[in-house]
Amino acid sequence: MSDNQSGSALAERGLQGADQSVASFDEGDVGIVRRMQGFLHRFPTMVPFIVLLAGVLIFSFAAPGKFFAPFNFSLVLQQVTIIAILGVAQTLVILTAGIDLSVGMIMILASVVMGRTAVVYGVPVEIAFPLGLAVGTACGLLNGLIVTLLRLPPFIVTLGTWSIFGALNVWYSRSETIRQQDMDANAPFLQVTGTVMKPYSFFSQTFGLDLPFLKGWVLTYGSVVMIIVALVIWYILNKTAFGRHVYATGDDPDSARLAGINTTKTLIGVYTLAGFICAIAAWVLIGRIGGVSPQAGQTANLDSITAVVIGGTSLFGGRGSIIGTLIGALIVGVFRNGLALSGLELLWQDFAVGVLIIVAVTIDQWIRKLST
Amino acid sequence: MKAEPVLQARGLNKRYGRVVALDNADFDLMPDEILAVIGDNGAGKSTLIKALTGAVIPDFGEIRLNGQPVAFKSPIEARHRGIETVYQNLAVSPALSIADNVFLGREKRREDWIGRIFRTLDRGYMQREARRHLSDLGLLTIQNINQPVETLSGGQRQGVAVARAAAFGSRVVIMDEPTAALGVKESRKVLELMERLKARGLPIVLISHNMPHVFEVADRIHIHRLGKRIAVIDPKRHSMSDAVAIMTGAMAPPEDEAA
Repeated sequence: MSDNQSGSALAERGLQGADQSVASFDEGDVGIVRRMQGFLHRFPTMVPFIVLLAGVLIFSFAAPGKFFAPFNFSLVLQQVTIIAILGVAQTLVILTAGIDLSVGMIMILASVVMGRTAVVYGVPVEIAFPLGLAVGTACGLLNGLIVTLLRLPPFIVTLGTWSIFGALNVWYSRSETIRQQDMDANAPFLQVTGTVMKPYSFFSQTFGLDLPFLKGWVLTYGSVVMIIVALVIWYILNKTAFGRHVYATGDDPDSARLAGINTTKTLIGVYTLAGFICAIAAWVLIGRIGGVSPQAGQTANLDSITAVVIGGTSLFGGRGSIIGTLIGALIVGVFRNGLALSGLELLWQDFAVGVLIIVAVTIDQWIRKLST
Repeated sequence: MKAEPVLQARGLNKRYGRVVALDNADFDLMPDEILAVIGDNGAGKSTLIKALTGAVIPDFGEIRLNGQPVAFKSPIEARHRGIETVYQNLAVSPALSIADNVFLGREKRREDWIGRIFRTLDRGYMQREARRHLSDLGLLTIQNINQPVETLSGGQRQGVAVARAAAFGSRVVIMDEPTAALGVKESRKVLELMERLKARGLPIVLISHNMPHVFEVADRIHIHRLGKRIAVIDPKRHSMSDAVAIMTGAMAPPEDEAA
């Protein structure tokens, strides 16, 4: 009556002499291309890093004497600071397989709230500044709530809120700019991020160190803010449970839920944090343009996505890094600056950025093929 | 058989509109056994399992864990009570490392002031523990605990999911079609894993369509049909064709063992 025990044993008798290792990889006959794919899969930040080095190398020859100089590098850094901060916010969202089209608008709205409340309405900056941060955070929270509670695609949600925040921006600002002199008189703190420091004299005066490689560098406080924001978010993503949940949610939301992760909470957290970072970017924006303009930074939305994508973060979520985004922002800055110094017209900068985006996404797809 | 069931259900009912998924279904899992749950497609076995793990809330009926009535509202609650499920689709995050996956959703924070203030993860602890659980289960082929799960084979991924369940499942481990997506050799590995878990005193519920596998490892077989348990058979006294016949209604369930 019982063929039970033997059923599978019989069927698998043929396995006795088979190779007993469960999985092994033939390292020997793997081609160079395949190996590179594996290498890039393990170290995805290498691609943007190599592109950045290549860019620096090319433009050092294309614009001799002008490009490869501490002063010029400092300029590039200042130019990319705001995009890099927004890029950090965008990275968080894109890691969850979402996208935030409203980051630039949140930044502008927060800058208008900070500046106008302090300068036009005479509210102390100790209140106006946190108010601006709160408005940015609230905008992010709204995005997160709509994405999770109404279960709408982030693209559509943030396209809608981009328009809404834009309207609020026009309403609150009355399309008026705030001049630098008025900022200086009423709320100088909001412009602190534009302050220039020279690392060389900073270190020699404060610590008595003579660091010749810092000569010629010029750093704004805004760039320092960018570095701090990037460090904090890097830490959160890599060293905390929340960070792991962000990756897991973007990688495979169903698996994440089954593993016990509250993906709704994670997503709301991500969008809210992104809103807060945009408000920090607003502070840096005020310092950079030396005032408040409701028209400033209109291209920031797409530029931040560009930085993230060129930095190797996958639009499909779960893969990417903050360092990649910083490099991505620098790549855009270096190519624009280098092409301008090489004497090419502005249109070729846009052309180059477009090519970079397509190449970056192509490489991402190619690397992802390895992981099925 | 006089021992108290670890996990028990009586009269579970669940309707989806007009469809009756569970119709007074009963369930008993004894200590130290591998209980296979078989049933034709649509028999309601996955609804039964979901009800037992909190993924579905039954309309009425009673579930007891170690004799205590329980009412899980979510899979997380079931997990807190020591019921771990290895899902068919594995519930692993491919881009995360093995160690991260073993502790996914249950990350361990550093216990010093740094961990309290900055919520820093205790990476070292999680890596050590993950490696220990994997080698406990004989998954020594996995060398680097920090390699992404997507670089592993199907069997190794299943191994990671089982290791996670074994690491945290204190009372019951439920495995939903653990060998469905695997090759012959890898399936063997997973069956061995199940035997090892059982040897460690964890009762296992195995949901599977693979009769040879079921008959090889199961101590008892729960046959589900039309939303209820119609028989529990002893694989040593019945053949695979009997089981399939009972499952499809071609044969009446044996009187002595009908539940």
